[in-house]
Parts: sequence; C-alpha cells; structure tokens
Amino acid sequence: MLFLLIPFVLSFLISFTDLRLGTPYPIRFVGLGQYSRLAVDQGVLRALRNNLLFGLFVPPIQTGLALTLACLVNRPGWRLAVPLRALFFLPVLFPMSLVAVIWRYLYAPGPLGPFNWLLGMLTFGMWQPHDFLHEPRWALPALALLSVWQGVGLQMVLLLGGLQQVPVDLYEAAAMDGAGPWLCFRRITLPMLRNTLVFTTLMTTILAFRLFDQVQILTQGGPADCTTTLMYELFRSAFERQQMGRACALTVLLVGIVIGLAALQRLAVREQQL
Amino acid sequence: MRGTLAVGLACLYSWPIAMMAAGSLRDGGWRNYAAVLSRVDFCSLFLNSLCISAVVVVLGSLINSMAGYTLARASFRGRGLLLSLVLLCMMIPFEAVAVPLFYTASRIGLRDTLVVQTVPFLANAFSIYLFYTFYLNFPRELEEAARLDGAETWQIYLRVALPGSAPVLASNGIITLLASWNSYLWPLLVTSTARVRPLSLAIAIFHSAPPLDWAQIFAFGVLMVSPTLLLFLLLQRHIQPNALSSGIK
Repeated sequence: MLFLLIPFVLSFLISFTDLRLGTPYPIRFVGLGQYSRLAVDQGVLRALRNNLLFGLFVPPIQTGLALTLACLVNRPGWRLAVPLRALFFLPVLFPMSLVAVIWRYLYAPGPLGPFNWLLGMLTFGMWQPHDFLHEPRWALPALALLSVWQGVGLQMVLLLGGLQQVPVDLYEAAAMDGAGPWLCFRRITLPMLRNTLVFTTLMTTILAFRLFDQVQILTQGGPADCTTTLMYELFRSAFERQQMGRACALTVLLVGIVIGLAALQRLAVREQQL
Repeated sequence: MRGTLAVGLACLYSWPIAMMAAGSLRDGGWRNYAAVLSRVDFCSLFLNSLCISAVVVVLGSLINSMAGYTLARASFRGRGLLLSLVLLCMMIPFEAVAVPLFYTASRIGLRDTLVVQTVPFLANAFSIYLFYTFYLNFPRELEEAARLDGAETWQIYLRVALPGSAPVLASNGIITLLASWNSYLWPLLVTSTARVRPLSLAIAIFHSAPPLDWAQIFAFGVLMVSPTLLLFLLLQRHIQPNALSSGIK
C-alpha cells in the first residue's frame, strides 16, 4: 500500500511544479499552471475524448454480450455448456499484449486481411476493405473490439456466478403464473443480477480509463491522435519528453476520474442492499 | 435455437485463436517453433514470468490475508484510519503511480531485476479488502476453541483462519495470477534486458523485431499460452463461477 500512497502523494506535489528531468534549470513552483496547460492541450483533450468514447461504448456492449453469453451457457445438464463456458473464458488467459499482436494480423489492410476477408464473406462482397488501425474513423473502434473480445469472458463468469445464485423456485413460481421466458428475464433475472451488473459494468468503465497496452502496441496514439489515451499521454510526457510536472498532473487527473467512478460504483451497489 | 446461437457465437469467438494456432504451423510446420526457440531463450522468459507470478500470488496471499485478518479481528488505535486507507488505495489504479514508482526503483538501483517486478504488487488493497470482508463473517467459535486449547494468535491464524479462507485464497489467487501473468506496463518500464523480461512483454518485443514472420510470432503465442491453458484445463473442474464472484458481494 505504501507503494501506492507515497508515489501518489509525490506526484500530487510534483504536479504543482515544472520538474523536467535532464535540464539544468531549478524546479519552479507553478501552482495550478500544469493543470491550466492541460486544459488547453490538444493531445490531452483528444485523449480525454477517446477515453470517454471508450468508456461510453465499450462497457455497455461488453456487459450486454457477457450477459447474453452467460444466459446462453447457463443450462445445467447441456452437454456443451461447460466446453463453451471454457471457450469464452479462454481469451482472459491471453495477455493483452498477445491479443494485440494477434489482432494486428486480423486487422491487416487489403481484401486478404483476415477481418476484411470475413466481412467480405458475410456481406457477399459488398464490403470495401479498410486499413483498420491506420484510418482515423476505424482505429478506436478496432481497439474497442479486441478489448471486448479479451474482456467479455471474465465478465461472463462473474455474471454466471450471479445467475447461479438466483433461486430456481422463483422461475418455477413465475412459470406457474404463466410468465414467458422474456418476462422471467426482465422481472427475475435482471433485478437479481443488478449488483453484479453494476459492479462489472463500472469495473469495465474504470478499465477504459486505464487503457494503455493496446494503444502502445498497435497504434502509438495515432492516426492523428485518434487513439491516444490519458495513460498513453502520461507515458509519453514522462518517458519521451521528460516532463514530470505534466505527467504528474495527468496522474492526478486520472486518479480523480477513477476515484469518481469507483465512488459511483460503491454508491450504486450499496443502494440496493438497504 | 439457443444452442445454435451459442455455437455460432463460439465459432466467431474462437476464430482469432484458431487463426493463431493454424498460422503457427503455416509454411514450415513445426520448424516455426524451432525457429522461435532459436531466436529467443523461451525457457528463461517463461521462468521469469513463472517466478514473478508465483512470488506475487504466494507471498501476496500470505501478506494480504494477514492484513485482512488483523483488520477484522484485532482492535487497536488507528484501525478505522487504516481501513479507510485500504479503501482509498483500492481506488488508485497502479498505472497512476507507475511513473514516480519507476523513478524510485531506478534511484535505489532496482531497475532491470526480478525483485522490482514483484515487490510493488505484494500488498494489494483489493486483496486485503477481500480477506477483511471474509474474516468479518468468519465464525469466531473455531478460533475461540483453539484459544482455549492454548493456541497463540499466530497459530490460530495459521491453523484455523488461513485454511478456513480457502474460497478467498482461490478467487484472490486467480485474479492476482492473471493480473501478474498478463502485466505489460510495469515490465515495459523497468526491464531493459531479456534476462529478466516476462513473456507478456517479450511477445510484443518479438513481434516488433525484424524479420516480421507471422508464423513464428504465432508459434511464440501458442508456446506462451499453452502453460496457462494447461493449468486452466486441469483446474477447470475446481473453478466454480461462484468462486470468482464471491469476492464482489
């Protein structure tokens, strides 16, 4: 824990200075100067926008998919239930770095790139091939897709755990009253899963603001800052430009956002227990 | 109908994995694997990953369960403050402190070692909290019986509390293992030689180093996931979905 708190307090303090490594100038206290500079920095604003887009789209899609998968494989006695469950969990065992490398291959440009080829097949040749990782419109969604692919398995397992704790007699009682499967899902499954859903969705949202590995490996923030993120900007200011003051101010911003989301999570989960 | 949909999704879902497995055998077959093993010291990379993850999981479980147990059972001044510090630390993402931590590590000469890849991850607020909430609901009767038999506190912890927390040990262990095995940012910052590099970083470096040979890259990928896959298949019967979700209740 000290490894978290002390560095964080240090960065908090450094964020009020203009510390740059490798320059002979003495450190100056700049107050909120770093922060006001961040507020007009194109790179940071881009990063914030990308994180927000990621956090807005990925968690709902991933949670929806995870819930679908969990419901599909939650069939005790079905022969394929266990193998399928294992299969959907598989990518969780893949380090994100490996996932990124595999998907760079899948996203290869031209009609022979596997992903372009698959889309061409599915649309009977209507699909125009794209260079997913290098076109501004496609780069961020491309990163989102591979993140969902890797993350959905863990979320599915967490939701399965929740599903299996729903008492079976609730469904039996509902069936006796003549409720169909859709009504059961809406009136029993969803309310009973509420806490798990809130927890996993916000967990994914927090991860969206910590996005780094995929960006560093696949796009380096490009094209034209379309996939840069707060973490990536932080990495760049600290290790490429040696601007520690700026990096620390970004740290504080990132922690502020994550703490806000985490607080929201605690609030939302607790609410129902009352 | 439900079954067809599930199988269809599974096919789409396993497509990237199938691509990797098939790609690793293209033009050259098993020779791709031999080429990978001659280009990198796979064994040492694997051992690095294994050492780091094993230390983080084993020592971490011990330290965090002790901390959680103490917070749940002992009464001392500052307990409330300590507990709120744990809650606060749970919210600070590791990424946020990576930069200052990196400079601390270089200052004390720990760059490019295995030690620096484990120590920052041993004590973990999330794990402490998991153990803390578990021990709050852990029946005191067992511990009191042990105390009547003359056991010291540390004996009670080792003989009663630690074995009793098997479900949390399992779920916390899996989560920690995955996080440690898959870590990328921290090794990227602190390692500079292949001697101490973990697999998760090595694959990214291998793939960006010329010549770009996808068959070899995929062979590397298959090699690196097979140990985890094997472990998962062996343990699969024992991993209940509830084990993972019990922690978040």
